[in-house]
Amino acid sequence: MAHDMTADAAHAHDEHHESPVVFGFWLYLMTDCLIFGTLFAVFAVMRNQFAGGPTGKEIFELSGVGIETAILLVSSITYGFGMISAHQNKVSTMRMWLAVTFLLGLGFLFMEIREFSHMVAEGNGPDRSAFLSAFFTLVGTHGLHVTCGLLWMAVVMVQSMGKTVLSERMMNKLTCLSLFWHFLDIVWICVFTFVYLMSVI
Amino acid sequence: MLGKLSWSDIPFDVPILVGTFAGAAIAGLAVFGLITYYGKWGYLWKEWLTSVDHKRLGVMYIVLALVALFRGFADAIMMRSQLALAYAGNPGYLPPHHYDQIFSAHGTIMIFFMAMAFMTGLMNVIVPLQIGARDVAFPFLNSLSFWMTTVSFVLINISLFIGEFSQCGWLAYPPLSETQFSPGVGVDYYIWAVQLSGVGTLLTGVNFFTTIVKMRAPGMTYMKMPVFTWTIFCTTVLIMVAFPILTVALGLLGLDRYLGMHFFTNDGGGNQMLYLSVIWAWGHPEVYILVLPAFGAFSEITQTFSRKPLFGYNTMVYATCSIMVLSLVVWVHHFFTMGAGPNVNAFFGIMTMIIAIPTGVKIFNWLFTMYKGRVEFHATMYWVIGFMITFSIGGMTGVMLAIPAADFVLHNSLFVIAHFHNVIIGGVYFGYVAAMNFWFPKAFGFKLNEAWGKRAFWFWFIGFYFAFMPLYVLGFMGMTRRMNHYDNPDWYPWMLVAVFGAVLIACGIVCQLTQLYVSIRDRNLAENRDLTGDPWNARTLEWSTSSPPPFYNFAVVPTVHDLDAFAHDKEAGIDTRAAGSVYQPIHMPKNTSAGFFVGAFSLVLGFAAIWYIWWLAALGLIGVIATVIARSSNNDVDYYVPVSEVARIENEHTRNLMAAQAAE
Repeated sequence: MAHDMTADAAHAHDEHHESPVVFGFWLYLMTDCLIFGTLFAVFAVMRNQFAGGPTGKEIFELSGVGIETAILLVSSITYGFGMISAHQNKVSTMRMWLAVTFLLGLGFLFMEIREFSHMVAEGNGPDRSAFLSAFFTLVGTHGLHVTCGLLWMAVVMVQSMGKTVLSERMMNKLTCLSLFWHFLDIVWICVFTFVYLMSVI
Repeated sequence: MLGKLSWSDIPFDVPILVGTFAGAAIAGLAVFGLITYYGKWGYLWKEWLTSVDHKRLGVMYIVLALVALFRGFADAIMMRSQLALAYAGNPGYLPPHHYDQIFSAHGTIMIFFMAMAFMTGLMNVIVPLQIGARDVAFPFLNSLSFWMTTVSFVLINISLFIGEFSQCGWLAYPPLSETQFSPGVGVDYYIWAVQLSGVGTLLTGVNFFTTIVKMRAPGMTYMKMPVFTWTIFCTTVLIMVAFPILTVALGLLGLDRYLGMHFFTNDGGGNQMLYLSVIWAWGHPEVYILVLPAFGAFSEITQTFSRKPLFGYNTMVYATCSIMVLSLVVWVHHFFTMGAGPNVNAFFGIMTMIIAIPTGVKIFNWLFTMYKGRVEFHATMYWVIGFMITFSIGGMTGVMLAIPAADFVLHNSLFVIAHFHNVIIGGVYFGYVAAMNFWFPKAFGFKLNEAWGKRAFWFWFIGFYFAFMPLYVLGFMGMTRRMNHYDNPDWYPWMLVAVFGAVLIACGIVCQLTQLYVSIRDRNLAENRDLTGDPWNARTLEWSTSSPPPFYNFAVVPTVHDLDAFAHDKEAGIDTRAAGSVYQPIHMPKNTSAGFFVGAFSLVLGFAAIWYIWWLAALGLIGVIATVIARSSNNDVDYYVPVSEVARIENEHTRNLMAAQAAE
């Protein structure tokens, strides 16, 4: 009887874990997507409201933004390598790739903050015009997401310390973070195209 | 050190607020003292405040909603009495500064903390039971959602006694809500309270959508889902689509106020109409978020008390889905007068009118369900019939407002106020009260008193007509909304009728409270107890388990053979409970205080940010993040209920069932 019970418990456990976690996280991402969608719409309305201030063409430096874009795209690839290691249960390799991703993300954030502080120092802060308000808010919201992603990544790396096998819960976390990270990449491609490139042409 | 906060922000000079504070403090101390006296803190903390059980969270949501109703109604009757006095040179007893806070708080509280909390409570209590699930998909997030909603309501009530609330109406239109015209903390209270509760609502939407998609009992295909679950399904979709937009709208307004940005300001290239468009892109779906679950409840109640399956289940589902889609493409009808041009206005006007079609389908379905049924005029049914009459009238005035040309005349008049109270009280509130009467025995194991239920209905029903029909007339006479005083003698008598209606509604609320009191007092009388779990001979799965249900809901997950699974099983002689079968250990989540602490730290964060106490805000934010990380690092989150425990609970219910059958 005791033996039956453990077998049943294990079975019930398996059944329970066709995991709604990843599905639920997808839904959350779609709501996040709507936040960005609304911010893009707001930017579209505000993109010519310069109020006598500078236009995008005057203040955006595409070379820096190009490097940022490259860094973020590469970080998606390195995270992908991390997931491959995770699926193979190579925990320390996984952590190494996550560390690389983390550093790339940090580099992206660093460049973004440098860009922002330059603009503010030159008097082109978010309070200068509606255009700049929309720009700072949209790009800043993306940056805030990247920050959260980095925090999350650090937590996952710490939680995986000393583990040789990744639990199902851990795998779910890694999968959700992976979705989140790639999602931020896609959003950034839209930011790069619609905010930077289209303001400069 | 304390940011903007100083002693002068405590309104000692407003007697109404000092009195309210004294009353609230005394009541609070009394509750506190009683809990301490009976030594119930441990029980309250372990069994309720840290609970992740959807039924208990549902009950707590509804308690929150009733408290919010009380607060919101107090605001309402103050407005009505002010307008019955403030005529022909008499300033009334509420100066504009106070009066404007009252109407802003009334709308905000009634929508976000009465209606939303009530709706979320009902879906919590009912949906997992109705689909044969043991809990929701993410029990911890459910607890977190509840606490985010609760602390937001606490934040709004703090604004009564520390500082002030927004004076810009329930949607805080700019430029009035910008720093230039509202330099105080009122709008910040509004922004933080609504924003924090929005987090809770969004998580609820994700949670219940996942629950319905992933956790239905075997055999329950989408077209065998009960109608109430269908309406919640559509509501969660609307929540997920609409609430992110609200987050952005209020976020941008907050950035304007905190960082001097120019989204909605008069200068710097800002555009106020952008705010209107964004906020109503949330606001219109929001009203359907509220009313669809009420439609679901009416469907369940009508079929149960007509002793017939619902007429036109399929059309009911399609109508619900049509309304869900259409509700996303009508928002411009809230600002036809913006001047978007005849083509834009015509499109949104026609879309708005089209919503009347699926809604009409529903009304006819309920009527045909009653037609040739054996309608039992239970108190619950009173609310349903009262709804069908009242809501139809409200729907028709809605179609009138959907005509742009008519809207140009009626915009911002009391006609609009009459219309949306007509649909929100007649549709949403009547629906939720009917649902509460209907599902109360499921949640607590005893019925609500019927006589007091009927009295409450008649006061509410008649009171509604006295309170709001005059507002239609006043709207036609040109009286605008949010007016503090007036000198037009033609309006005066109608305002008196309206305040009389508000008093009748107050009697209705007293009857509802009495109903609760009497029912709890008489809960052990044989005719009030629900030992079978199925007091109304109802049709859906939640009635197949005991009342109140065991914490795991179903010892054996039921198999669904047909629409109205429980009715089918009763007719076919199948025991849905599979009593006496070999039970299995049941996998359940453990209670956690993480949701409570995230809520508490969010409250600190919100309060500190409102008053510019930045060190405290930082502490609050760190508290939130630390709690989430701690929760994420805790792997001891679930357990198995042993077979012996399941068998003990189930056998006890089987004995109750047999005793009840023998008594018949």
